[in-house]
Amino acid sequence: MLKVIAGGYVEPGSTQVTKTGAWRTFVPVVDQKRCSKCSLCEIYCPEGCIRMVEGLFIPDLDYCKGCSICAHECPRKAITMVLEEK
Amino acid sequence: MRKVVEGSYAIAQAVKCCDPDIISAYPITPQTHIVENLSQMVADGELKAEFITVDSEFSALSALVGSSAMGARSYSSTTSQGLALMYEVLYNVSGLRMPIVMTVANRAMGAPLNIWNDQQDSIGARDCGWIQLYAENVQEAMDLTPQAYKLAEDPDILTPVMVCMDGFILTHVYEPVEFLDHDKVKQFLPPFKPKITLDPAHPVTIGAFADPSTFTEYRYLQQDAQNKALGKIDTIAKEFKETFGRYYGGLIDTYRMEGADAAIVTLGSVIGTIKDALDEMWAEGKKVGLVKVRSYRPFPVKALRDSLKDVSSIAVIEKDVSIGNEAGLTTDLKAAFYNTGMKTPIIGFTAGLGGRDITLKDIKKAGDKALAAAKGPEAEFEFLTLRKEIL
Repeated sequence: MLKVIAGGYVEPGSTQVTKTGAWRTFVPVVDQKRCSKCSLCEIYCPEGCIRMVEGLFIPDLDYCKGCSICAHECPRKAITMVLEEK
Repeated sequence: MRKVVEGSYAIAQAVKCCDPDIISAYPITPQTHIVENLSQMVADGELKAEFITVDSEFSALSALVGSSAMGARSYSSTTSQGLALMYEVLYNVSGLRMPIVMTVANRAMGAPLNIWNDQQDSIGARDCGWIQLYAENVQEAMDLTPQAYKLAEDPDILTPVMVCMDGFILTHVYEPVEFLDHDKVKQFLPPFKPKITLDPAHPVTIGAFADPSTFTEYRYLQQDAQNKALGKIDTIAKEFKETFGRYYGGLIDTYRMEGADAAIVTLGSVIGTIKDALDEMWAEGKKVGLVKVRSYRPFPVKALRDSLKDVSSIAVIEKDVSIGNEAGLTTDLKAAFYNTGMKTPIIGFTAGLGGRDITLKDIKKAGDKALAAAKGPEAEFEFLTLRKEIL
């Protein structure tokens, strides 16, 4: 748990503790069969949170804001945005 | 050493005695002479500080965010539209708990364009998390400068301080002042040694993102520090008295309050005139006292309740207006009484806007209205010297 110190002084790398994906409404779901591994989703993601993990493009849902840019850019329409129920 | 100097020079002299490492400011009337004098002192090698010249007030205070994060004692000064241009940075400085001291040479906010004195600028910035101290005269503004650093840099406080002095009335007046002795200031104000600084050898993150799970706690800590400052302001004023022999009251000061039927509450340089007006009123058998607010933030609720508990009515005279409501000090004072069950009538007067003089006659009028208000106020809030004939 992140301790609060006056002035907000924290150890470097605080975003590893502070997850920023909480305000997402839609979540990207990758159809791995359609994916051609072109990596455009990785290049366009403004948060840098979709990248290849063991040969597959997997979004990092701790930080994904659900902006849909990856789905919009995917030339093979392999990514769909699905309403996330919490 | 007693000398007749311009108010702005006296402030520059006081700042010099505090040994700031970094000064950054942008010239704006009526603050210009303060930073002009400091710039000269740096250029002449009299003051071993770095003077960062910038393109705006926004940049001036932003530069100090950097220097303060490095552990440098940092100073700025501004007024009016310059303070308004700093608005975003004011919150950054207080939220990051940077003990920057800034002299505000109080001036009206445009439009209409006006360069003269009132206190709309700093009163309008009352919620920014800065401590705000108001000076009655040049000597007090000068003496508040090392006190402000001592308060700001206290590890329990770590909150920026504005030393507010009325523009022109205090910044441009020539009056005799007792200069601060550099060695004595050194003894009074220990060197600034913050626990955490920006240092590549010991990396930290300053100004990290705070999500809804922590933001409330950061604000709470600021509120807590302001509450602690209530006690420290008093203590530091007394310590200053021990070293320098001068004392102006702690959070508040009073004049002729013993046996008073009504009271005037105010801040800033108008206090001198009010004291004279009250002397004349007492000679006429009208017992009106004065409560001077030295610390506007933190707001000295308890001290005000205690000092005003025996009067039958209160008038607030202030040089600002919360357009659409009353004025800052008036509403704050009313709020301080609401839950105590005290039903003392409080009337608010806005006066001295845009540099209009507040005369003995004006103050006596407010005093008379205060005395009459004991039977129930005629109006809750009014412009004291409104020229109806030009409307």
